[in-house]
Amino acid sequence: MTAGSPLLQASNLHTWFELRQWGFLRVGSVRAVDGVNFALARGESVAFVGESGCGKSSLARTLLGLHRPTRGEVTFDGEELSTLKGKARQRYLARVGYVQQDPFGALPPFMDVRRLLNEPLIIHGVRDPAAREERIRRVLEEVRLTRVDEILSKFPHMLSGGQQQRIVIARALLLEPAMIIADEPVSMLDASVRVEILNLLRNIQRERELTLAFITHDLSTVRHFADRIFVMYAGRIVEQAPVDELLDHPQHPYTQSLLAAIADVDADNALEERDVPGGEPPSLLNPPPGCRFHPRCPKAIAGTCDVREPPRFAPREGHYSDCWLHDERHGS
Amino acid sequence: MNRWAAGLRELKQYPSAIGGLAIILFLIGLSLYTVVTIPYSEALDKWRGGEQWRMHPVNAGPVWADRLAGGDKPRTQVVRSTETEIREVPFEGGRQVRIPLEFDYHNGEFPSEINLFLRTLDSSRQAFVRLNWKTPSGETIALGGQRVARDDRISISQNPSLEGRLGMVPHIGLFAGDSPPDAPEVEKGRYRLVLDAILFDEDARLEADLAVYGRVHGVAGTDYQRRNLMVALMWGTPVALAFGLLAAVGTTITTLIIAATGVWFRGIVDATIQRLTEVNIILPLLPILVMVGTLYSTSIWLMLGVVIVLGIFSAGIKTYRAMLLPIREAPYIEAARAYGASNARIIMRYMIPRILPVLIPTFVTLIPTFVFLEASLAVLGLGDPVLPTWGKVLNDAQEQSALYNGFYYWVISPAVLLMLTGLGFAMFGFALDRVFNPRLRTQ
Repeated sequence: MTAGSPLLQASNLHTWFELRQWGFLRVGSVRAVDGVNFALARGESVAFVGESGCGKSSLARTLLGLHRPTRGEVTFDGEELSTLKGKARQRYLARVGYVQQDPFGALPPFMDVRRLLNEPLIIHGVRDPAAREERIRRVLEEVRLTRVDEILSKFPHMLSGGQQQRIVIARALLLEPAMIIADEPVSMLDASVRVEILNLLRNIQRERELTLAFITHDLSTVRHFADRIFVMYAGRIVEQAPVDELLDHPQHPYTQSLLAAIADVDADNALEERDVPGGEPPSLLNPPPGCRFHPRCPKAIAGTCDVREPPRFAPREGHYSDCWLHDERHGS
Repeated sequence: MNRWAAGLRELKQYPSAIGGLAIILFLIGLSLYTVVTIPYSEALDKWRGGEQWRMHPVNAGPVWADRLAGGDKPRTQVVRSTETEIREVPFEGGRQVRIPLEFDYHNGEFPSEINLFLRTLDSSRQAFVRLNWKTPSGETIALGGQRVARDDRISISQNPSLEGRLGMVPHIGLFAGDSPPDAPEVEKGRYRLVLDAILFDEDARLEADLAVYGRVHGVAGTDYQRRNLMVALMWGTPVALAFGLLAAVGTTITTLIIAATGVWFRGIVDATIQRLTEVNIILPLLPILVMVGTLYSTSIWLMLGVVIVLGIFSAGIKTYRAMLLPIREAPYIEAARAYGASNARIIMRYMIPRILPVLIPTFVTLIPTFVFLEASLAVLGLGDPVLPTWGKVLNDAQEQSALYNGFYYWVISPAVLLMLTGLGFAMFGFALDRVFNPRLRTQ
C-alpha cells in the first residue's frame, strides 16, 4: 500500500438493527449508523463526537467487525472488511485494537492479569509461553505500569480504575495493531486519571504511529488528543474538520450548540439564555425527514430543512458541514 | 491470590464445611479401602452367594449391637477334624475312624443352627458314619448314623427324629442339659461330637467340619443367604459415590455447555434448545427408568446413561440460561470477540467460568440426589443384577420382611450410610454456597 492511501475508509456505511416481532415479523430497523463516509490516514488521531445514542459506539463495533454492516463497506488497508474470512479476518482483528469504556467490565473477572493478557496472544498463535511473557512485559512497560510482577498475578478487581484501563490498553497493543478504536476510554474513570490515560494514549499513538479513532461525547478534551473531529448526529456525520478549525469556527448548528454547552464555565452567565439543543435526540427507528437535526435546530429553515436532506457543503477550507445554512441560496 | 484458594480458606470458618468434608473424606476413604481389599470380581463373586458362605450364620445381627444391648449371643464356632486327634483302627478292606470334635460353649443364648460338613477323600465307596453328642455333664445323645457321599452335609438342626426325641429343636435341645423344654437354659461347658466312621477303602480319609452357628456376626451381620452384609455395605460406597458423581458431572457439564451454546448463538439454536428442554422437563424420570429397567436391562451403567441423557435437557438449562444471558453482553466478551476469540473459546473460556463458582455448591448437593435415585431404583427391584449396593440390601431386607422379623440392622445400616452420604454432601454444599454464592454472602 502506498503511504498516501488511507488506512481505513468507510463508504456509505449503514448499520441497521432489525426489530422483529414474534421472531420473524419485521417491524422496523434501528438505524444506528446511517450512511457514513470518512477516511482515516495512517498515524492520524481522530475523534468522533456526539450525544449518547448518536451511533458512535455502533460505528466503532462495525469497524471492529462485531456488527455486520447492512449496506456500504469498510476498507482497511485496501481490503474490504466484509469479504475477510478465517485467517485474513483474524489478521484484521489483530491489526485493530479496541479500548472500551468500562475498564473493569472489559477484563474477564475470573482471569488474572497474566492470563487475560495471554489470551489474545494464544488466540493469534503465539505458542511459546516465554515469548508471550516477554511481549506482555514489554507492553506493560509501554503503558507505564510499574511493579509488573505483582500486577501480573492480580485479578482485575484488585486494581484501580486507572490500572485497569492501562491493562485494557496494553491488551489492545499486544497484537501490534495499526489502529486503535477507543470508545469513550476515560468516561468511567476518576477525573484525576483521565488526563494521564489520554496522554498515555496520545503518546503511544505518536510513538507507534497508530491511527487512533477516539470516540467521546466530551468536546472539552478533544482538542489535545485529536487531529480531526467528526461530529455525529443520529447515525450520520454532520460536520468534520481539523480540530482547531472545528472548535474555533463551528459551522453546523448542532456543533455550535454542543460547544456552547461546554464553553460557559463562568458562574456569571450560568443563568444566561443559551441556544442549547432542546428536546431529545431523534428516534433512530423513525428518523425525522430532511435534516435530522431540524426539530431541535434554532436556525431551521421551514420548507427546506424539514423536507430535503442537506448535502455536504465546504463552508471553509477543509471544513465540511451538512447543513442547508451553507447553501448560498439561503446565505450563511 | 487465587479466588478459589481464597474461597477454600474461607470455608474453614464453617463447621458444617469441616463436618461435611470429614464425612465425604470418610466415604471416599472407605471406597478406596473397599476397592483395594475386595477387588471388583471378588465382590461380585461373593455377592452371588452360594457354598462359600456355608460357615456363616443365617440372619445374624452385628456383634457390636448385641454387646451394646448387653446381650450374650454366640458367635459361630467351627471345629475342624484337621485340628483334632483322629484315632484309626484298620481292618480287612477298610478302616474304622473316630473323630472327636470338641468345643467350649459359654454363651447365654443357644446357637442358631448346627451343621456337619463331611468330605471323603481317595475313596471309591461311600463311608458310613455314626454320631454321638456328649454334653458337659457327661450325657451322651445318639444322633444316628448314615452313609455319606463324597462331599456331604449333615444338617443336625433339621433332624426330625432327633427333634422328636429331644422335644426341642436340636440346636437348642442339644445344649439345654436338663432344663425343661418350655424354658430351656444353656448348659455351659465343653461339648463333644464324636464321629465314628467306617471307611471301605484302605487309603480313604475323612474330613469333618462342625459348624455351630452363632446369632451374631461381624460388624454388619449376615442376610438370609448367609452373605456377610459388610460386603454390600462396603462395596455400596464406591458404587454410590461413582454413580452420584458421574451422574452429577455428566448432567451438569453437558447442561452447562448446551445452555451456554444456546445463549451465545441465540436465534434458532437457542429456540431449539429451549423447546427440547421444555418437552424434556415434562418427561417423568422415574417411570422411564422403571420402564428401561423392566424391559431392557437393570445394569447400573445403563441406568447411569439414561439418567445422564434425560438430565441433559433438564430444568438446569433454564437456570443457567438466565445466569448466562447478562454475561453474554458483558464488555469483556465483546473485547474477546474484538481480539478474535472463536465461538467455542468464548463459550468455554469466557462464559462458563464466569458462573462456575455459583454452580459448585449446586453440583455438590446434586451428588446425593443421584445416590438416592440409584438406591430408590434398587429398592424398587431395579438394582444392578450383580453389583452389591445399599439399595439392593434394602430391597433384600424388604423382601425378607426384615423389620417384621426383627432384623433391624439389615435396614438401618444401609439407610444410615445413605443418610450419611446425603448429610455430608449437603453440609459441604451449603457451606460452599455461602462462600461462592455472592448473593448469600453476609457482611
